[in-house]
Formats: sequence, C-alpha cells, structure tokens
Amino acid sequence: MPVMTEGLKEAVRLLVTLDPEVMEITLRTIQVSGTGTFISVLIGIPTGAFLALKTFFGRGFLVSLVNFGMGLPPVVVGLATWLTLTRYGPLGMLNLLYSPTAMIIAQAIIASPIVAGLTLAAIQSVNPKLKLQIIALGANRIQYLLLLLWEARLGILSAVIAGFGGVISEVGASMMVGGNVRGYTRVLTTATVLEVSKGKFELACALSIILLILTFTIMWVLSYLQQRGKNP
Amino acid sequence: MFGKRYRVSIAVFCFFIMNGFIGIGFAGEPKNKDIILATTTSTVDSGLLDVLLPVFEKLTGYRVKTISVGTGQALAMGEKGEADVLLTHAPASEKKLVDTGAVTNYQLVMHNDFILVGPAEDPAGIKGKTSIESLKAIAAKKALFISRGDDSGTHKKELSIWKKAEVTPAGAEWYQETGQGMGATVLMASEKKAYTLTDRATYLAQKANIKLEILSQGDPSLLNIYHAMEVNVAKFAKVNADGAKAFVEFMVDPRTQKVIGSFGMDKFGEPLFFPDAGKK
Repeated sequence: MPVMTEGLKEAVRLLVTLDPEVMEITLRTIQVSGTGTFISVLIGIPTGAFLALKTFFGRGFLVSLVNFGMGLPPVVVGLATWLTLTRYGPLGMLNLLYSPTAMIIAQAIIASPIVAGLTLAAIQSVNPKLKLQIIALGANRIQYLLLLLWEARLGILSAVIAGFGGVISEVGASMMVGGNVRGYTRVLTTATVLEVSKGKFELACALSIILLILTFTIMWVLSYLQQRGKNP
Repeated sequence: MFGKRYRVSIAVFCFFIMNGFIGIGFAGEPKNKDIILATTTSTVDSGLLDVLLPVFEKLTGYRVKTISVGTGQALAMGEKGEADVLLTHAPASEKKLVDTGAVTNYQLVMHNDFILVGPAEDPAGIKGKTSIESLKAIAAKKALFISRGDDSGTHKKELSIWKKAEVTPAGAEWYQETGQGMGATVLMASEKKAYTLTDRATYLAQKANIKLEILSQGDPSLLNIYHAMEVNVAKFAKVNADGAKAFVEFMVDPRTQKVIGSFGMDKFGEPLFFPDAGKK
C-alpha cells in the first residue's frame, strides 16, 4: 500500500517541519472540539446530575430523551444548525454561519447528551449506601453533591472522553455549518475529505494520521487523569 | 470599590472572549469583510481557487468563505440570498436566476470542456464517437455509467445529453448515481471500470490516481462555461454587495484572466481553463 507509506512519510514531514497550514488546521481542530466539549460538559454534567438525583413527573421521559440524544446523527444536527443560522433563518441576524462558533454550537449539541447520559449513569451507579452515609455524616446539599460527583468521577471522565471522541471525529456537521473555509473553519476531518476529492491521497493520509495522533494524545491525558492512583 | 473593579474586569474579559469566539476583528478595512462564495466543486478540487483567492484577499482585504457544492446547490443558495457571489457552470439554470432578478452583473469568466472518460478496454466502443452517439452506445451495451446525480452543473450537462440521445437512464441497473463531488465520482468510475462525464480540469487533477481514458471529446455540446454573478442586494438586503462586486470584477480583470489561462500549465502541460472575460 504505497499510498499509506507515502502518507506516513508525509505526516512525519508535515509534523517535523511544523507546516504552517497543517499546524493551523490542527490548532483549530483542538480549539473547536475542545470548546465544544467544554460547553457540553457545562450543560451535560449538571443535567445528568439533576436527572440522577431528583424525582419528578416526566423524569423518565427526559431520561429517554437524553439517551436518544446520545445517538443523534451529527449530520442531522448539522442540518438543523445550518437552517437555524442561515441569513434568512431564525437566528440569521447573529451572522454566525460558516464560522468556528457555528461549528462549536453544533458540536456542543452533539456532545451534550452524551456527557449528560453517561454522567447520569455514573452517578446512579454510586453505591446507594454511600449516599446515606454522606447524609448521615451531616453534609449539606452542596457538600453532598460534590462528594457524589467525586465518587462518580471515573464515570464522569468517561463521559467527557466519549463526548470529545464524538465531536473530534465528526465531519458532517462541521462541513455543513463551517463550510470548510480555508484558514478559518477548516479542521482535520473536513480537510481530509477535501484532499480526497482533490486526489491527494498522501496528504489525506497524512492529515488522518495527525488526527489520530492528536486524538490519542488528548485521550491519553484524560485516561491518565482518570486512572491516576487506580492501579489494580 | 474592589468589587466594582472586579466586576468591570470580568465584563471586559467576557467581551474579549466573545470577540475571540465570534471572530470579530477590529482590523478589517472593508465594513463587512466576509464574502460567501458559493461555487462548484471543480473550481476547488482542481486547485484554481487556491491560487486565485489569496491574491484577491490580499488585494482587497476581504475574506472569502468558499462553499464548494454542486452548481445546483450553489444556485439555490443564490436564489435564497444565502450567498453573496456565485461562480457556477450551468448557463441554462443560471439564466433563470438572471431573469428573476436574483442575481446581477452576470459575467462570462472562462470555459473548459466536458469529456467522456472510461476504461481503456472501452466495452461500449465509444472511442471517437460524438457525445450523443457515445451515450446511445453505452445504453445499448448496458455498460456501467457513473453519474454525479447531485444536480450539479456536470450532472445537468449529462442529463441534457441523455435527453438528446433519447435515452432515460434513471433506474437502470447499469446507471449509478453517486451524489458526490466530481473528484470522488471520477475515482469511483475508475474503481468500477465505468464510464462517466467529467470536466477536464478535475480529470487532469485526478489523473495520477485513476485508470480512465478520454474516449469522447470535442463536440460543441460538451462545452463547459463558467460565469460569475452577484446575488442581487436589491432583493436580499443582507448580501455583501460591495464584496460581491469586488469579486466579480476581480474574476474578469485582465491580470486574473491571465493567471486562469496559465493555471495547470506547469503541472499538466496544458491549461485547465481558458479565460473568456469580455467575449461573447
């Protein structure tokens, strides 16, 4: 497979020479998917915690809704975001279409249900006796919540990892609402699609390899945080 | 005292963060520096816009957001005022937009040609035939034909030739629609040893990766003509009219036309596009 070896060589060359365009695309990928995931954490963890700890009418339905959201096809989110942000759409006055902000919005929508759903499951699987114990020790509500989140931290980090994995690998929504504009909204996934269309397979392979390295590095850091001091 | 200052600094910080997010700069010279250019995949996949746009951006201070889609979608974006300027290649469909007043300043930019490509074995024996006879022969042989199927300029052209050949290929087993861009479609045709209609620029750009030969070319119905046009600001107030005008003017500028005429010479030994501004 000469294309793959050429691609590998090309990837090494681009990384070693710090090719400005590739660096810029890589940084943007981190910025967009990182911000998207961060927002989804701000939305997802409180939502998941709320659903795990409160009982109210309609809770079951909301939980199914969150679980349904975990399987939201990115391309559908992309289309809905596109239609909302177009010039003559409901939020057209914000002038956000074909900008990194639009991509962040779409990615946050994709990742939020994933983070919320897995947070919900993580908190629910904390030993119920522990909950009683925390209350019995006289914790106030804030302390109770923080302790529970701390106990569920492994699962919650998994939620963040899954959310980030969902958005950094996503191409449909980014293409639609970002437009793959060179030097502005081009990220590693959309750049790869473009290079294939151009017939530049080596470059496409190189970009894929850089995406894999990037994803692995970030996941490695998150896994390290998760597994710290947990060696069996 | 301290509390107030603290609050102000938070507000300032948030303001800068928001600016960073939304991407509003303070530097841009033109009032609205973003131009949305809706164009066909061939101008992007061939690499032409990669050469032209940096020059335009440097010259004028605008930033061009190129949305590369099929001509059908590009024209639809123009028709709804979702783009500022269009660069497309389906004169018959473009004419409708000119007539309804959706676009103005309709300018001839360049041309190249469509070609019928297929495997060297040429199972339907179309080599040297005209495009109409070729499609008739492909249909008679039921040889595999890959179509864009995406309402792009190339697809519109292909359908018009089928019509002239009096064949209705849709739904036939030997007729497959990809729904993808030109580059991807040519690759698929190569992998499947099928015939397809492509513009010459994309074929040459992909040539190193494919095993397809030019089998039918040169008849007048295969001409591929590109026009640039402004989306009409009188109809769509949100259009960046100044930017669109600047872009159309740039495309027909003699210096740009010269660059278009020489694009591809170094790599392919022949030009990919022929400049046409001012002709007609």
